[in-house]
Amino acid sequence: MGIRTLIVMLVASILLIAYLATRDTYSLFLPGLLQGAVLTAEITVLGCLLAVAMAVLSALGKLYGPAPLRWLANLYIEIFRGTSALVQLFWLFFVLPQFGVSLEPFAVAVLGLGLNIGAYGAECVRGAIQSVARGQWEAATALNMTRLQMLRRIILPQAFVAMIPPWGNLFIELLKSTALVSLITLSDLAFKAQQMNQTTMKTIPIFTLVLLIYLVLSLLITIGMRLLEQRAAKGLARGRTA
Amino acid sequence: MWDWAFTFEILPTLAKAAVISIEATLLGFVLAATLGLVLALTRIAVPWTAWPISVLVELIRSTPLLIQIFFLYFVFPSFGVTLDAFTAGVLALGIHYAAYCSEVYRAGFDNIPRGQWEASIALNLSPWTTFRDIIIPQAIPPIVPALGNYLVALFKETPLLSAIAVLELMQTAKIIGSETFRYTEPITMVGLFFLAMSLVSAAFIRAAERLLNRRPAR
Amino acid sequence: MTDRPMVRFEKVSKRYGPLTVLDSLELDIARNEKVAIIGPSGSGKTTVLRMLMTLEAIDDGVIWVEGEPLTHMERNGKLIPADRAHIRKIRAKIGMVFQSFNLFPHMTAMANCIEAPITVLGMSRKEAEERAAGLLEMVGLSQKKEHYPAQLSGGQQQRVAIARALAMRPKIMLFDEVTSALDPELVGEVLQVIRRLGSEHDLTMLMVTHQMGFAKEFADRVCFFSQGKICEQGPPKAFFGNPQNERTKQFLHAVLEAG
Repeated sequence: MGIRTLIVMLVASILLIAYLATRDTYSLFLPGLLQGAVLTAEITVLGCLLAVAMAVLSALGKLYGPAPLRWLANLYIEIFRGTSALVQLFWLFFVLPQFGVSLEPFAVAVLGLGLNIGAYGAECVRGAIQSVARGQWEAATALNMTRLQMLRRIILPQAFVAMIPPWGNLFIELLKSTALVSLITLSDLAFKAQQMNQTTMKTIPIFTLVLLIYLVLSLLITIGMRLLEQRAAKGLARGRTA
Repeated sequence: MWDWAFTFEILPTLAKAAVISIEATLLGFVLAATLGLVLALTRIAVPWTAWPISVLVELIRSTPLLIQIFFLYFVFPSFGVTLDAFTAGVLALGIHYAAYCSEVYRAGFDNIPRGQWEASIALNLSPWTTFRDIIIPQAIPPIVPALGNYLVALFKETPLLSAIAVLELMQTAKIIGSETFRYTEPITMVGLFFLAMSLVSAAFIRAAERLLNRRPAR
Repeated sequence: MTDRPMVRFEKVSKRYGPLTVLDSLELDIARNEKVAIIGPSGSGKTTVLRMLMTLEAIDDGVIWVEGEPLTHMERNGKLIPADRAHIRKIRAKIGMVFQSFNLFPHMTAMANCIEAPITVLGMSRKEAEERAAGLLEMVGLSQKKEHYPAQLSGGQQQRVAIARALAMRPKIMLFDEVTSALDPELVGEVLQVIRRLGSEHDLTMLMVTHQMGFAKEFADRVCFFSQGKICEQGPPKAFFGNPQNERTKQFLHAVLEAG
């Protein structure tokens, strides 16, 4: 979908929320839901930061690390991709304390979602690094750079551009997964919705608002990543060799 | 830390719950694959639907599955229809993944070079023959592995049905946990089950990919 | 020691599985010598350059640069395979220009030329930029300093690549089919730069080329490779004027036929 359409959708959703806020059946719920949305946004941002860090580390470990590190990175990637996000959250929440490690629910949320998406991100980082032409490595070798210099100055800046679209999708996945934290007692957007629904049974107004708020959050991520992609691609399009 | 006797004791209960998870997965995926195809074909056949369908797809893909599960489960009673939790859950899984599947089909059809359509017109093939004999056979090799990946992804989201108390694996593990105050074994077993299933299906998908790509698309 | 060869290939072999690409190659190249390597595709000629640049490992033999082993290092009078630090030390004497340019697409012409001098040689940015400006002027691109590779023609990109390699002050320059990816009308400008390099700088040059005319006029020696071996070599006049080997004759005939 084009960036214009996305912006139109964003504006339309915000206007729709603003309009609904003027009506009594809806306005009642909005403040509580927005409170939940703040928590959702916090977990999303911190989770994304953790995911990117884990993805870059494990992709580099898998590609260039010594055998034990490679093995560890693979183990991490397979486990967190192979089991479901909710299972991971429950494991951190219910099982980890039995081993003497009790984390705050908020920490469990950030850790669980960040590690989960990071495992998927690792594959996207790895793919992007491998998509950089072999000639780039060879030219850097001919200029006598060290491997670290090649990676930092030549390979990663080019891989970065290829990584942006898949990361956009992963950030959306992470945002959507934050709804799961409502099941480990955090009062995020999904939790507020569920709670209000139970007390009032006004399903349609509550969930309409909730879906719209999630839509706004995802559109913000999508549009932000598109703009980043356009900027980065401009740099590389100028630079793409024939 | 780990109680093997307890593990074996809960194993039959978990196995029974796993059957529910797998049922939900298969039913949900059949719904997703069919509905997704309907969406993708409608876009092609009725051009004016392209925009509303892509907005709908974007809407479904941008909002959490958990919210969609809650919504379907709770909204039907307000229309006087009561859905049991399992049906509501399967419906939500199916609709959510139909949005993803429709994009897979679309990409599959879009990837076929224009020249193939043009050559078919030049040969005076009817649109239906073109679609059946020229387009579909070329679209299948990229579509199948992508659908396979979504099948696995859908399977890994079935634990969300525990939120509306469907007695699938996760819910069963949680109940065992709350009754015995031992969470380590049930939740870890659920995790291992998902891990094993994911690894096996990944191997299957790779095999299917190889099989489909062995014969170059004609 | 003045007649110590700049580069010596000593019984160097390279195999890919059952395929022998280079078979016990013996080749000495003198300081400032210009050697053109020609031959049919698959004859191992590009592999010679890539091994010298350490882009390909060798299976047998030793490569020497200025009397020091490149692929090996001396320990207690014995040669053992070189470690990374040793390779980097020797490799600093060698620069390479590729068939497909391999400029860094996310950097301007200027940035391409100062990247390695700053990060590898530890030059100050100012000094690196001054030197790069001089080199870009020499290759006739002072106007294009701030252009990105995609904004340049193939010939211009290749000239930037030459300046980039020279910025590392190599003693040996390797040219791997540097005009093969260029449109015919752009070949001349690149060859002109190489010609100037040869006459104005002290450089040992090895070039794999299909430009027979250029090899004839520019090289001190022509080596004809076929099936992983040097079939025939000699000064261009003798080589082109009076080839001895049957395969050389066939090859030259075929190339001249194609025009």
